[in-house]
Amino acid sequence: MEFFFQQLINALQLGSFYALIAIGYSMVYGVLLLFNFAHGDVFMVGAYIGFFVSSALLGLNIFGALALPLSVTLSLVLVLTLIISMALNSIVGMLVERIGYRPLRDAPRASAAITGLMIGIILETGNLAILGPQRRSFPELIQSATINIAGVSFTNKKILIVFISILLTLALHQFVRHTKWGMAMRAMAYDYVVVPLMGISTNKIALMTFALGSALAAAAGILYGVAYPVLDPNMGILFGWKAFVAAILGGRGSILGAGLAGFLLGFIEIFVATIFPSTMRNLIAFGIILIILTFRPHGFFGEPFSAQLRL
Amino acid sequence: MLLTVENLSVSYGNIKALHGISFEVDQGEIVCIIGANGAGKSTTLRAISRMIPAETGSRILFQGEDLLEYPADKVVTDLGISHVPEGRRLFENLTINENLKLAAFARSDEDGIAADRERVFSIFPRLKERINQKAGTLSGGEQQMLAVGRAMMSARKLMLLDEPSMGLAPLLMMDVFSALKDINDEGTTILLVEQNARMALQFAQRGYVLETGLLVLEGPSQELLEDPEVKKAYLGG
Ligand SMILES: Nc1ncnc2c1ncn2[C@@H]1O[C@H](COP(=O)(O)OP(=O)(O)OP(=O)(O)O)[C@@H](O)[C@H]1O
Ligand SMILES: [Mg+2]
Repeated sequence: MEFFFQQLINALQLGSFYALIAIGYSMVYGVLLLFNFAHGDVFMVGAYIGFFVSSALLGLNIFGALALPLSVTLSLVLVLTLIISMALNSIVGMLVERIGYRPLRDAPRASAAITGLMIGIILETGNLAILGPQRRSFPELIQSATINIAGVSFTNKKILIVFISILLTLALHQFVRHTKWGMAMRAMAYDYVVVPLMGISTNKIALMTFALGSALAAAAGILYGVAYPVLDPNMGILFGWKAFVAAILGGRGSILGAGLAGFLLGFIEIFVATIFPSTMRNLIAFGIILIILTFRPHGFFGEPFSAQLRL
Repeated sequence: MLLTVENLSVSYGNIKALHGISFEVDQGEIVCIIGANGAGKSTTLRAISRMIPAETGSRILFQGEDLLEYPADKVVTDLGISHVPEGRRLFENLTINENLKLAAFARSDEDGIAADRERVFSIFPRLKERINQKAGTLSGGEQQMLAVGRAMMSARKLMLLDEPSMGLAPLLMMDVFSALKDINDEGTTILLVEQNARMALQFAQRGYVLETGLLVLEGPSQELLEDPEVKKAYLGG
């Protein structure tokens, strides 16, 4: 039983990363009908931004020389790192949209998709060129402790990671359901051609969509750094692909769908790995997803959209 | 003149839809453009609301300003031109309330927004009754009311209407047109395009006849209604 609960929290933790990244994929797909294949690498960039921000706050690494006289507690550092990095990474996301995708707004979708792949490669190799090939260890932002719940012990980190990711998912869901900006996103997902007739700049909504997705990807990157404290420039590739799968599974443009599918993916992977040899983990996990998609080709919760895509 | 269109040409790829048309709409008027399927009526409205580009050499002036300098969203917010598109194009995944709020997205005059909402509900009480109903579940007539209501929320100087009579039973059509008359009485100028020539000419003060991308006739509605050519081609003899 203890083992089961341990695996459960492991699955939730892994699912947390997938969920946070998948939401960014799903939003951009929903609002702009675009697969942003650079998103896994935007997650990687977010993790590195988190690394530098937390190092600066703690006066570590290259920032040691600055010796900032900050006597802040670790939990405050974590919160500040999250907020600052999410803000900075949303700027990265907006640049990706502005420079990479906007010029191709009316181009065939395939051109936009390969643009995403190229931006991803530029981010990976750019990181390699600027920061060098060595891996970075993420500063310790949470003092490890074990929490005992009903006789089962969990590490505090895992619980916090799951908690923060669920919180961010729900917050974004509320934003999209209840603010006028969220309403504009849903309108654009339904029929983007008519949105300008409401006096709304589709470019602004596009930028905001990228900003929100990238902010969540930065949160995923930081939480990833808290869980496995090693970053490398290629960390976003496999995570990005898996989160993309979760986004499709969740249904076009559905935040809760993407979140739930992210967690589902975490469960499938972890429980497959406990039963089968670890070499078969991805094989079986993705086999299962293929079967699910055969029965639900539009995923779980996709937003409806208009069939007329011109005025 | 409120709106002056000069030599407007529009093409879709190789197909030329408008061959340099010119017309005017004065402040407070109701003007209609009638024409058969594919004449270019919707294209004319799309060019004014900047949903499609006009070819070089075209000129559109609105209150003396060069309208073609404005992107589509600024035509609504800065110039005050709303467009009720062909087929209504509501956000069917949103409620009536949300559709109306969205149309006021760029406005910050809370009092004005509230007043306009009240006007929409007083002209179309049915919308208020169904305020939290998804637009996709409304009847055709209710959808047309919402489409007009949405335009009232977004801009009030000039309203471009693309076939508001489409798909409506005669009685409901009269309702919608009398609501449009009220809106016009409150100061909104109306440019209407219609296949239903009789309805349009009875409603508008002046009309233009569009034939395969060219304006072939213009005049006061009464004259057009009595014109033998118009009678033959558009009013069923
Ligand atoms: N998106 C498009 N791509 C290519 N051609 C188009 C497009 N939209 C319209 N056309 C063509 O342009 C011409 C004018 O079309 P438009 O929609 O303006 O006609 P209309 O007068 O509004 O007709 P209707 O009464 O049927 O709505 C038609 O020949 C039409 O086939
Ligand atoms: Mg038309």
